[in-house]
Amino acid sequence: MLSRTADNLYWVARYVERADYLARILEVTMRLTALPLAYVGSTNEWESAVATAGCSRSFHAAYPEATEESVKEFLAFSADNPSSIRNCIELARTNARGVRTALTSEMWDVINGAWLELKRFNNAPGSREETLRFLRWVQEISLRFDGSAYRTMLRTDAYWFFRLGCNIERADNTARILDTKYHLLLPEDTHIGGPLDYYQWAAILRSVAALTSYHWVYRESLKPWLIADLLILNPKMPRSLASCYDNLLRYCDAIAESYGRQGASQRKARGIRTRLSNLKMEEIFQSGLHEFITEFISDNNELGGSISRQYLM
Amino acid sequence: MAECFDEMKGADGSVRPAYEGLDAWLRDLSPDVLDQRCQEAELLFRRIGITFAVYGEADSTERLIPFDVIPRILSSSEWTLLQRGLTQRVKAINMYLKDIYGRREILKAGVIPEDLVFQNQVFRPEMNAQKVPHDVYVHIAGIDIVRVGPETFYVLEDNARTPSGVSYMLENREIMMRLFPDLFSRYRVAPVENYPDELLATLKSVAPETAAAEPNVVLLSPGIYNSAYFEHSFLADKLGIELVEGRDLLVKGGVVYMRTTEGPKRVDVIYRRVDDDFLDPLAFRPDSSLGVPGLMSAYQAGQVTLANAVGTGIADDKAIYSYMPDIVKFYLSEEPILQNVPTWRCRDPKHLSHVLDKLDELVVKEVHGSGGYGMLIGPMADKGKLAAFRTRIEADPKNYIAQPTLALSTCPTWVERGVAPRHIDLRPFVLTGKDTVRIVPGGLTRVALQRGSLVVNSSQGGGTKDTWVLDT
Amino acid sequence: MRIRVSHQTTYHYDSPATRVIQTLRMTPRPHDGQHVVRWRIDVSADCRLTTQEDAFGNITHSFTAEVPTDQLDVLVEGEVETQDTDGLLHGTIERFPPSFYLRETELTRADPAILAFARDVAGTATDPIARLHALTRAVYSEVTFDADPTHSATTASEAFSLRRGVCQDLSHVFVAAARSLGIPSRYVGGYFWRNDGITAQEAGHAWVESHVPDLGWVAFDPTHAMCATDAYVRVATGLDYLGAAPVRGTRFGGVGETLEVAVNVAQAFQQLQN
Repeated sequence: MLSRTADNLYWVARYVERADYLARILEVTMRLTALPLAYVGSTNEWESAVATAGCSRSFHAAYPEATEESVKEFLAFSADNPSSIRNCIELARTNARGVRTALTSEMWDVINGAWLELKRFNNAPGSREETLRFLRWVQEISLRFDGSAYRTMLRTDAYWFFRLGCNIERADNTARILDTKYHLLLPEDTHIGGPLDYYQWAAILRSVAALTSYHWVYRESLKPWLIADLLILNPKMPRSLASCYDNLLRYCDAIAESYGRQGASQRKARGIRTRLSNLKMEEIFQSGLHEFITEFISDNNELGGSISRQYLM
Repeated sequence: MAECFDEMKGADGSVRPAYEGLDAWLRDLSPDVLDQRCQEAELLFRRIGITFAVYGEADSTERLIPFDVIPRILSSSEWTLLQRGLTQRVKAINMYLKDIYGRREILKAGVIPEDLVFQNQVFRPEMNAQKVPHDVYVHIAGIDIVRVGPETFYVLEDNARTPSGVSYMLENREIMMRLFPDLFSRYRVAPVENYPDELLATLKSVAPETAAAEPNVVLLSPGIYNSAYFEHSFLADKLGIELVEGRDLLVKGGVVYMRTTEGPKRVDVIYRRVDDDFLDPLAFRPDSSLGVPGLMSAYQAGQVTLANAVGTGIADDKAIYSYMPDIVKFYLSEEPILQNVPTWRCRDPKHLSHVLDKLDELVVKEVHGSGGYGMLIGPMADKGKLAAFRTRIEADPKNYIAQPTLALSTCPTWVERGVAPRHIDLRPFVLTGKDTVRIVPGGLTRVALQRGSLVVNSSQGGGTKDTWVLDT
Repeated sequence: MRIRVSHQTTYHYDSPATRVIQTLRMTPRPHDGQHVVRWRIDVSADCRLTTQEDAFGNITHSFTAEVPTDQLDVLVEGEVETQDTDGLLHGTIERFPPSFYLRETELTRADPAILAFARDVAGTATDPIARLHALTRAVYSEVTFDADPTHSATTASEAFSLRRGVCQDLSHVFVAAARSLGIPSRYVGGYFWRNDGITAQEAGHAWVESHVPDLGWVAFDPTHAMCATDAYVRVATGLDYLGAAPVRGTRFGGVGETLEVAVNVAQAFQQLQN
């Protein structure tokens, strides 16, 4: 297929995934800030939301302070923030429009419909209720888009590139949550949890849609190291780093097999996947959770770069 | 303005045979149902994403082109006449282009003044003595036709460069079949859905000799900001070919390749929807970023076929248009089956004085304008506009032609909860390949939605209709 | 006269160019009064040079170089034997009738200032050759040679309003004015041998050819206010600079391009004894 088409597919997937992630972060932050201060401590959760979204610098260039209003405006609706939900949907559609013929009509319907409907939502963030409705809508769009892809796309290179984009973005998102919140997840002996942390832990899990899964997997009350395990190493959890890399490796291999040739992307994906499957949580804590996450984010970016160079240019 | 011919009701007000079924159906139908169908149609179009960019509007890139749910119907005998006329005209156009870029017999014979060709910006010196496969220059032509009487069809314009609109022909039919299965059961309507197959066969038939047995055909689009982008992607989809932009192609060793995830792949035929000027920054406009550097060099070496060929503008230029009947006679020794609209060339002093005398009755067109811009409709213009145009014509007469204000035929059209006659035209698409000319029975009918308006261009508020050719 | 030309173009890129594609119009063709003794083109990158002819009969060489490179050299070098024909051209390749060369281009559009200038210069002279000689002198004295204010995309009208430019601009002004007088004219690119002993030049030369009934094409050089002589090596013609440009090209990657051009035009002395 055309390199540009593959590139567009890869980015449609990334932008939709990113919009979904931003919606989750905002929803979780709204929930946390609705709690009395005594339950969540005095940290500015809105500041933390901006950090988790990975755009602290551009935010502070535009706003003096992280408040509910400014953060919602910036992350959800701002036309000036290239990674706002609004722009993610715009960009996803622009990319989709560039490859109309490579998407199924079901997928195009979802993304084009979303883009048309986006115009209905006001620029100015309204009531919490209204905002929540918007955030839910974004998540629903991403579900429908993902589901349409799953149910209607041919399993050819188009689908694999689409899935690569989705998983690279997802791995990056999960890693960013860990990067911002790692101090809450340090092991038992260095950290004493209280009611304060419980809500933070729950929020982390919610932001990756895994609160219920946690209970099913561990059948325990919330323990920070188990949360870290679930998000990093547990291949059963769809948003875990391990699961993302299972997928990345699978799709990289599928492409290599279909083209009869492999290269840097396959080697890189394999390397990261191997590392994730051989590591234990204890080892990660020992050598430093933060260091591990920082390195992972950079590895993940490198894989993205490899895929681009090998196939998309 | 003269009384105009209505496609449904003849001169005596009785319903013409081809429209009987439609007339009965319309009378049976409650306006509410029709109104609802219109809304459904609009929704369907929006979903599918048919949009039409109009230059100069703020929210321009995503405007929906209006669709009228009442079809325009042509009887099979009317169509047979059109088909013969179109085939003849397009044949002559291809012979003319071969001659103009070759031996120039028509110039030597004095049929067309030499300066009209050589000093015309759309004459491409680069095509001089250039061989094109099977001598086909215009593979896809969209000939605009207007009707002024039961038997009288005029060719209004020959679009021989990159004519658009065929996606509307196909989509309109698709939507109509979804919305009005009953109406279709009252008629035997010739299908148009094989157009993409015919087009692909046409394109493959003109592949260069160096191409593989199964030539690689691509559609070259300027990209998503082009007004016809939807059509480009729609057609690429229906033809099952890659939709490429200039940046997807590269020329190496005189051969054109496209960049794929598996490395460069050779391209044999380019159905290009990019204008000549932008095709190759090394040969034409050096600032073009839409084209492919080196493409012309590969084309000249016969390594790739461009459809349509470069330089076909010298066939559909408005300055050349008025010579078209002579062109048909010169190459085919036949009388033209389809007439031209009577045209005055302002370059001719006698014509000029006539035009200036009758300015308020005529339609004046800029020789190089398109899409209804740079045009004067005399009867509709106020004094100021007439005076301004007069000055412009006097300053540069050779840049203008004039035609009588035609009483374009009308067709029943759904407007604000009622059916009323509106002016229409027709653009059938003529495909020319290695040995054959193919025309699917139908085309794009454009309708001027405003009462009394003669401007059917979608960029100026025109809409479209499904065009039915009856199959018996 | 035997003229030896070497024309070296060197491109430097701050970050390597991944692909360079160019079309060169740098090879002279013979005609009466010009005999090409030898001529060659060298491109420093590995690539295939494809030889073609363009619409006007100019010889073109096209290449695509695909290796990432921070430098690319194009060297053109050869010898031409010339004779003075008083500017009259015979035996040139003609693909179009003279009237074709009345066609306006963006670079040679005659604006009102040029139209008025052309009318003034033509004055009462009706003989086209007299008009052309007058035009040659008038462009020479009206437009001052100055390499600073103009560039390769400067139009005739821009250069004329500045009253400054290089040989390309003077030729464009000439062509625009001559065409406005109904005299078919075209742009010529090539080389000029200086009789002052200076052989190193910064660029090639440009002049004009106009068609005169009964005489045919005649070459005028508004930069030197004379007809072309045996000091001129004629390489390419076109409606304007773009049509006769020695190099048209584009590149991918290669941010920060700097260009060095070294042209050397000298008289070659034949070796008579072996």
